[in-house]
Amino acid sequence: MTSELDIFVGNTTLIDEDVYRLWLDGYSVSDAVALRVRSGILEQTGATAAVLQSDTMDHYRTFHMLERLLHAPPKLLHQLIFQIPPSRQALLIERYYDFDEAFVREVLGKKLSKGTKKDLDDISTKTGITLKSCRRQFDNFKRVFKVVEEMRGSLVDNIQQHFLLSDRLARDYAAIVFFANNRFETGKKKLQYLSFGDFAFCAELMIQNWTLGAVGEAPTDPDSQMDDMDMDLDKEFLQDLKELKVLVADKDLLDLHKSLVCTALRGKLGVFSEMEANFKNLSRGLVNVAAKLTHNKDVRDLFVDLVEKFVEPCRSDHWPLNDVRLFLNQYSASVHSLDGFRHQALWDRYMGTLRGCLLRLYHD
Amino acid sequence: MPGKLKVKIVAGRHLPVMDRASDLTDAFVEVKFGNTTFKTDVYLKSLNPQWNSEWFKFEVDDEDLQDEPLQITVLDHDTYSANDAIGKVYIDIDPLLYSEAATVISGWFPIYDTIHGIRGEINVVVKVDLFNDLNRFRQSSCGVKFFCTTSIPKCYRAVIIHGFVEELVVNEDPEYQWIDRIRTPRASNEARQRLISLMSGELQRKIGLKVLEMRGNAVVGYLQCFDLEGESGLVVRAIGTACTLDKLSSPAAFLPACNSPSKDMKEIPFNEDPNPNTHSSGPSTPLKNQTYSFSPSKSYSRQSSSSDTDLSLTPKTGMGSGSAGKEGGPFKALLRQQTQSALEQREFPFFTLTAFPPGFLVHVGGVVSARSVKLLDRIHNPDEPETRDAWWAEIRQEIKSHAKALGCHAVVGYSESTSICEEVCILSASGTAAVLNPRFLQDGTVEGCLEQRLEENLPPGCGFCHIPYDELNMPFPAHLTYCYNCRKQKVPDVLFTTVDLPSDATVIGKGCLIQARLCRLKKKAQAEANATAISNLLPFMEYEVHTQLMNKLKLKGMNALFGLRIQITVGENMLMGLASATGVYLAALPTPGGIQIAGKTPNDGSYEQHISHMQKKINDTIAKNKELYEIIPPEISEEIIGSPIPEPRQRSRLLRSQSESSDEVTELDLSHGKKDAFVLEIDDTDAMEDVHSLLTDVPPPSGFYSCNTEIMPGINNWTSEIQMFTSVRVIRLSSLNLTNQALNKNFNDLCENLLKSLYFKLRSMIPCCLCHVNFTVSLPEDELIQVTVTAVAITFDKNQALQTTKTLVEKSLQRASTDNEELLQFPLELCSDSLPSHPFPPAKEHLESASSNSGIPAAQRATSVDYSSFADRCSSWIELIKLKAQTIRRGSIKTNGRKSPALLLKRHSSRTQAVTVEKASPMGEGNFRNRSAPPCASATVGVVKMTPLSFIPGAKITKYLGIINMFFIRETTSLREEGGVSGFLHAFIAEVFAMVRAHVAALGGNAVVSYIMKQCVFMENPNKNQAQCLINVSGDAVVFVRESDLEVVSTQQPTANLQPSCTEGEVTT
Repeated sequence: MTSELDIFVGNTTLIDEDVYRLWLDGYSVSDAVALRVRSGILEQTGATAAVLQSDTMDHYRTFHMLERLLHAPPKLLHQLIFQIPPSRQALLIERYYDFDEAFVREVLGKKLSKGTKKDLDDISTKTGITLKSCRRQFDNFKRVFKVVEEMRGSLVDNIQQHFLLSDRLARDYAAIVFFANNRFETGKKKLQYLSFGDFAFCAELMIQNWTLGAVGEAPTDPDSQMDDMDMDLDKEFLQDLKELKVLVADKDLLDLHKSLVCTALRGKLGVFSEMEANFKNLSRGLVNVAAKLTHNKDVRDLFVDLVEKFVEPCRSDHWPLNDVRLFLNQYSASVHSLDGFRHQALWDRYMGTLRGCLLRLYHD
Repeated sequence: MPGKLKVKIVAGRHLPVMDRASDLTDAFVEVKFGNTTFKTDVYLKSLNPQWNSEWFKFEVDDEDLQDEPLQITVLDHDTYSANDAIGKVYIDIDPLLYSEAATVISGWFPIYDTIHGIRGEINVVVKVDLFNDLNRFRQSSCGVKFFCTTSIPKCYRAVIIHGFVEELVVNEDPEYQWIDRIRTPRASNEARQRLISLMSGELQRKIGLKVLEMRGNAVVGYLQCFDLEGESGLVVRAIGTACTLDKLSSPAAFLPACNSPSKDMKEIPFNEDPNPNTHSSGPSTPLKNQTYSFSPSKSYSRQSSSSDTDLSLTPKTGMGSGSAGKEGGPFKALLRQQTQSALEQREFPFFTLTAFPPGFLVHVGGVVSARSVKLLDRIHNPDEPETRDAWWAEIRQEIKSHAKALGCHAVVGYSESTSICEEVCILSASGTAAVLNPRFLQDGTVEGCLEQRLEENLPPGCGFCHIPYDELNMPFPAHLTYCYNCRKQKVPDVLFTTVDLPSDATVIGKGCLIQARLCRLKKKAQAEANATAISNLLPFMEYEVHTQLMNKLKLKGMNALFGLRIQITVGENMLMGLASATGVYLAALPTPGGIQIAGKTPNDGSYEQHISHMQKKINDTIAKNKELYEIIPPEISEEIIGSPIPEPRQRSRLLRSQSESSDEVTELDLSHGKKDAFVLEIDDTDAMEDVHSLLTDVPPPSGFYSCNTEIMPGINNWTSEIQMFTSVRVIRLSSLNLTNQALNKNFNDLCENLLKSLYFKLRSMIPCCLCHVNFTVSLPEDELIQVTVTAVAITFDKNQALQTTKTLVEKSLQRASTDNEELLQFPLELCSDSLPSHPFPPAKEHLESASSNSGIPAAQRATSVDYSSFADRCSSWIELIKLKAQTIRRGSIKTNGRKSPALLLKRHSSRTQAVTVEKASPMGEGNFRNRSAPPCASATVGVVKMTPLSFIPGAKITKYLGIINMFFIRETTSLREEGGVSGFLHAFIAEVFAMVRAHVAALGGNAVVSYIMKQCVFMENPNKNQAQCLINVSGDAVVFVRESDLEVVSTQQPTANLQPSCTEGEVTT
């Protein structure tokens, strides 16, 4: 006796959260059954392994049919085939678009292309996440990217509107899309200590301040080229950043800046002497990062540069986080007192965001 | 002439990509009704076209309006080649044809293609302007309401229940026409879908005409079925019960909360007999006194319908066995004559209802069934389908005479079914022989005195158990005792019925699903030889099914079966029998005894040990079951535990004496012998297997109950969560070990595993009950068995459920009275005449009788029924069949299962489709739409509930919107790509649900009640990567309002769409 066909269809589609988890994690039916058996469900319910097998198959089939709809979540809401309560719909979508920290760190900032997709094998081996799950997560990133790429308006809002994600998840996706679009390098060894959260935090600040949309100059004429306002960094702004170079190129200005900062922080920093000794290096580093951002290559290396030029020197001198904060505050503020410097607004736009990012990046 | 159909195509969404180059679609729509077609403009390059068309107007006859479906086809425009079809929507506009119904169908419909499934949705608005038609000779029957529900629909009351209506139409099956060889599968499927839609429209119209002739206005318990006879054609047939219904205007009238005592009194017209002497002439007297004044409109039909065979040959008594000598005395004889003559006016006193207004069902005789094996022949002239008609007429006559043999003049819970394999067809009909209260069958004009007496004689809550036949001339030897409830009349020791448990019945403990499963191998044969082989096997199967049911019932410690449905399925090389029923313990019937096992070789010591071991296991199981189902009959339990092994049966019965209070035992003989034994004899492996299979049925896990009736006896505190589902399994038998035993085991495992899976899947709903569990078996191929289950899981409140028996009884009684109001809207004025004779509210009486119950000396007996007698009958009846078989002619083999009250079948699917008509509810259309809007703002698609039951727990049905009757075909040539057979069927069933929900929502409804999947025919050819499936579903579209909402509405906005709940005074006056 073999079972040829075995199905269960409810008027309200049954969703088993545990099985959904297993499916999302990319387990095969037999693996999923084995894992469920191990969870002790048979003892709890008195069911047999055959029942479990049939149940798992059923759920997998349902998820497989739902997957097409999950690719465009608004379709899931409007479709008539599966009657699913709204709270369950939300759960299905949220879980489907959820991703693994380990995975996202591997692909963050990489081009979401076929080439990367080919590397998923390695990522799977490296992270222990099943290849199936890696593919789903990668395809999710890519799909969201494709949909919002050409859209105007707030990135987070667009994502939320088209994928019906929670606020938190939409922000994460905004960061992923932003990183993928600007191809920020995150995979270098010295960046390994940074979490996805760190990058997402920086991405949010940069989106808020460094993109076209950030300036608040909503394109009044529809012909303007500002289509993807939140995705791309403001080119003009990046060009302007060259002007900051004077802060380190002009020796008088640099000295003046240094003395202003040292005066203000004397006695307040535990690492004052180290700061004083390193000031010029640090300042040069920060300003040069800004000045280089006109080149795409250097944009990509933004985080590498920040870590190399600022985080690592401070860390090697054992600056406490609070001292870093005091220093950065003073460092940015003092520029306002430099009479010879004309780009105050530009400086604030640059340093305001950078300060936030650096503070977040500064940890072990 | 008189109707204008108006259609507007608004928009489409989620259309498939038809143009690969642009990834878009240039869609337009064709709207077709009859022979007229309109087209919308092409909406270029969009997957979400906005046509916003003008109103397309069709001027048509109302006859066409009833027969034809509206056909909407969505196509992709192609400049250079033929336009590609995206898919179709068929809309049945019947619900728009009743003055009281929805005036508009408006909503998103899934666009369906028989090859690709659902491909996007289309928004359509449909309206009908009907002109009044006064033509008396019209062929249409607009205005007759149809209900699948097999009880009087909520929010209606029955003025008169007229009786049986039936009709069938036949046609050639397009799949078998020569043209099918040259057309595409899609064209063929669509031709079939369209034809069946047309045929069912025509069928419904014809039935409607019959109803109008009977002066009715509705059909309740409408069951429509398709027989796919292959080469010989396509038969669409329907049965139903014609009624005159009145819409209850006030929703408050069916609020469950308002049951004032005064109302109870009125609604339950019977009472404890104030004058017991009336009974002295014998227990069956009162019922024979009835005058069966069935409504004289016998003339239902004939002229209009093509399909009727005229059967004015009213059956005379002699047809069934045991009908001789029923006259008990001159007086009785006289009355009987009266009754009979009145009855004979009615061709078939059958009722497809399974639940009745209180007082309607007077006595129940038992299950009657008839089967007949026929050879199919091409239907030569579709307009004269008299062969099929004659076949059914023959079977119905059989049923009628069986009922007569049981002293009954009516059959309730009646249903018909077929099983077809190649050219052999088994026709089956079954129902419950019953004696009915004539008041409901005719308008008031009943002779006063007779009726009065009848009412007086009706004891509370147990009347239906009392035997309707004459005790001295019983149609079969049965074991009778005095009723344990009223102690005045005789009752059988076991009662089998095809109806739902009457709401006023006193039940102890809970009920449970009981199934008998059976397979029999059969040699492959052709034509007559095949038919003969089948008819030879049938009686054995029926007998064994009966035996299994009886044993399982005893094992559960119960004494009655409700909702019994026996399905016999024929395949190429085997026959399958599956009987499902809900077992209960009726307080009025005696306690069932145990089962005793005896070995053949008593000298073998180890063997005896084994036997006693088995015996112990059986006794333990019985005890366990009693505990599980909370069966604690008053003061009997001790004795049960004390002496589980019954003693030999005492033949002295009939008169109630002291001896009965001792352990009386009847013996069960399963070995076809004539031994007077109630013992399972283990004389060979077969019997051994029987005993084992008895014990392998695993009870549902704790927190689960199951039944195949509407509601679970003993549970009444339903909460509102429901989950309707369909589950299908197909197993392939390995052809090597095809023996009866192996088959039985496979089949048994299949069913048990299926149930286990259901319990597991629905575990999150615990505590819950699977209601209306409906199993269907088919044998699609040689080695394939397909089982389809549809049921609904309903949650209930555990705390309330775990109360003592006493309170349970009390509650069920209270509930009974509540239900009376709730479920069965009956004319109060009809009851009013009986009012003076009822000094007490009935609920109280029930209690009294229940408590008096406990005073009865305990008597324990084993299931006796008429076992030995049955064996007798069986053998004679088998001979009869054998004789017949020798003289067999094409198409005329027949077996008939007439049996003890216990034997047989009910086709559970008697709830069918019914077109619903419906009344303008007191609320305005606009308001009403608002109400049915989805409750949750975030959901863009309104929730539509589906249930096979006639009600929705925790909610009130405020409007019936019409019958849903849909037929779909799905075919694939890429089976593997669609996930194999499971993926294919899973998707298809989900699509069918979706289409049903969409139609209901478009009608403005939010639920389907009495939903049933009547057919699910699945065929596969994995080698060719192909599969095809046909599904036929039906139900009643309704609007329901949550009880909690109802209160809010009535208190806060008295002017809102729902009428303020009236005070009880208003209701009762």
